[in-house]
Amino acid sequence: MSAPNDVLVTGIGLVSSLGEGLDAHWQAMAETGARPHPAETDKFKPFPVFPMVPLELEKQIPRRADIRQMETWQRLGTYTAGLALDDAGLTGDAERLARMDMVVAAGGGERDLDVDGQILAGLETAAEPASFLNEHLANDLRPTLFLAQLSNLLAGNISIVHKVTGSSRTFMGEEIAGISAVEVAARRISAGQGDLFLVGAAYNAERKDMLLSLAMGRTLWQGEPASVWERGTTAEGGMITGSAGAFLVLESRAHAEARGKSAYAKLSAVLSGRSRRGPGDASAVARKQFDQLSARFGAKAPGVLSGANGIAAATAEERGLWEQLATEGKIGGVRATQTLIGNPIEAAFPVQVALAALAIARHGFYLPTDGSGIEQPAETPAQILATSWGFWRGEGMALVEAAD
Amino acid sequence: MAMAKTRDHLGRPVVAVTGMGVVSSLGQGIDDNWAALTAGKSGIHRITRFPTLHMRTTIAGTVDFLFPDEVRSPVLSERLAHLAAAEAVEQSGIGAPGDFPGMLFMAVPPVEIEWPARRDFFAGTDPEAGDAYDRMIQRVLSLNDPDTYEFALYGCVADRTADHFGTRGAPISLSTACASGASAIQLGVEAIRRGDTEAALVVGTDGSVRIEGLVRFSLLSALSTSNDDPERASRPFSKDRDGFVMAEGAGALVLEDYDAARARGAKILGVVRGIAEKADDFHRTRSKPDGSPVIAAIQQALDDGGVSTADVDYINAHGTGTPENDKMEAMSLEAVFGDALKGIPISSNKSMIGHTLTAAGAIEAVFSLKTIAEGLIPPTINYQNPDPAIPLDVVPNVARSQPVSMVLSNSFGFGGQNACLLIAAEPA
Repeated sequence: MSAPNDVLVTGIGLVSSLGEGLDAHWQAMAETGARPHPAETDKFKPFPVFPMVPLELEKQIPRRADIRQMETWQRLGTYTAGLALDDAGLTGDAERLARMDMVVAAGGGERDLDVDGQILAGLETAAEPASFLNEHLANDLRPTLFLAQLSNLLAGNISIVHKVTGSSRTFMGEEIAGISAVEVAARRISAGQGDLFLVGAAYNAERKDMLLSLAMGRTLWQGEPASVWERGTTAEGGMITGSAGAFLVLESRAHAEARGKSAYAKLSAVLSGRSRRGPGDASAVARKQFDQLSARFGAKAPGVLSGANGIAAATAEERGLWEQLATEGKIGGVRATQTLIGNPIEAAFPVQVALAALAIARHGFYLPTDGSGIEQPAETPAQILATSWGFWRGEGMALVEAAD
Repeated sequence: MAMAKTRDHLGRPVVAVTGMGVVSSLGQGIDDNWAALTAGKSGIHRITRFPTLHMRTTIAGTVDFLFPDEVRSPVLSERLAHLAAAEAVEQSGIGAPGDFPGMLFMAVPPVEIEWPARRDFFAGTDPEAGDAYDRMIQRVLSLNDPDTYEFALYGCVADRTADHFGTRGAPISLSTACASGASAIQLGVEAIRRGDTEAALVVGTDGSVRIEGLVRFSLLSALSTSNDDPERASRPFSKDRDGFVMAEGAGALVLEDYDAARARGAKILGVVRGIAEKADDFHRTRSKPDGSPVIAAIQQALDDGGVSTADVDYINAHGTGTPENDKMEAMSLEAVFGDALKGIPISSNKSMIGHTLTAAGAIEAVFSLKTIAEGLIPPTINYQNPDPAIPLDVVPNVARSQPVSMVLSNSFGFGGQNACLLIAAEPA
């Protein structure tokens, strides 16, 4: 059953602590089931972080001046967007790029930690603290830092560097922003409101300012990395954040066929939801999403790429849902990708969809990375459910399957 | 009996506006704002909320008349949003209190921990614990303050607003710089056009006039430094314009499928006839010199609405009062409208309320609808020294009585954001 307005994934850019590109991710997650590079457990103590592999930024951001104008998350995102465009065969295709629509999920606000530290120290002894603060903000902040902090300047930089200049929307709001970004692009394609989209996000986990915000909510795992499900069984659990960039080229079937482009997979549906996260709330949302998608399931039960993050309450709840559905024979294998990649927040859902599309395209699935019983050896799925539950709020689910 | 479905020139559902609300430095609510706006009053004043020593700019359009004390930006953004949205929802008569039968699209400013909190976190920490951030992290781990935590999340304000108004599904938080309010409206229009929802609550809010925000815009030389005469500082289209004035406020619209609104007997305030967006790839803060992205956005909005330049009888300008914006906006309009532009009134609400940043597109959409409803065009105030390079009818200084049935509203932002809305009277 194919239709001209089917939503196809025709390009993927993916970078994380596991490496650059689809082969690196496939190797780590489907062939070895292990992290090729160690976690960073020292620099951000007490929190472990999964750091970005070194990238040759010039390969996707040729002008040094552009690189200088960005902070790390923007560089990661602009780089990854370039990979996705390359992969989709769109690099340099001025006509198509000029009408390509963009939806980016972003946090923002990378701060100058040294300046903050100096000001905080100075405020302690300043005779007139308010005056001291004003004077030092006015004199010490780099004039262009603001542009590296604005949430929509990742999209802005993608326009400048890669010439994607249709509409440009930036969604904020942690994981749900990534879910909504993919959802809105897919819905627009289905409804004929555009036929070519660049969608994605990037996250720099190696930032103490962001760790400070997350630490306020006691959301972060401390100590040696452990699998998502193991972390989820401890008292509070916790997430490990991971640097990552994930961009998808989404395209209507008609548009892809007209330019002779094959697809990794079809994005059959994306659902976003929210709850106040009372006990059972999130799993009720996810169960409703599952039931809504189940009309599209084939003979073989779908595999699950879980976005569980290791925070105890939500992880236990999500695990309960999958165990229940497994008992009912309604799902195949379950894999939690954040065990190896960590939580890249706004990029979490784009990463999930990218990995699901990759597995569909390669007719395989990922290896179990957890010994606690939920991740079992499984048949290769013909359909994959990709989920993301926000560390605070927001629940999303996508159904990915073969394009043909 | 089945009613014929109302469709636009491309066969899409028509998007009606059935409720609106606004808060600005001029007042709370449509009536107070409209009275001040059409009387040519300025809401700009000296900043008293925080000390402005060492600042090149010491004026803003803050909403001190409502909330004089310094609170965290997202807290203020939420309060302003709730006031505007409550007014819009009440006017529309849709749903029930706390039960809005549609989606939420919300333009909200970026969020971060602010200096008062940062200082609190740092105070009394152990210098041996590492750098300033290590020390603050150690401290917040033992604080356990969920309120401060939640308001430091990017999605918090929209999520709390969704809770408060009982909107459906996951809310979307838009951030497209100074085009955010217009982008939020566009998202709502698209969702209704594709039948995802019959109603949408659209809000743009900004309560972020804070010391560091002021410094940031100052460092980019974007702000007026006409501190001595605050009410005269915002001078769009004037020869001596010297930058925009930061301001706070919120605007809200209830958008509905036209037929659904009619079916429930709602009063239709107008329709969003056309929407368009075109990204600029030239520079992070400057527009492409030939104006082509802005020109394309304007042209696409007309095409999307199925109208010609002759149908537009008022332009609600982005009109920030920066030397570059006003020149670029005038040049681009001229490229699209040609000589006819001289006969179309164009005014900038920002001459009075300042630049409400994230909220601007939503607030100015509200004022555009009000312009249509009242047949009265708000002026561009502080227009004593016309810029000869911008020979436009800017409705100088005094409001003008004139029937208006179609408004082009422009919103442009850093990062190459160009968004245009075509707002029209209810179809006859």
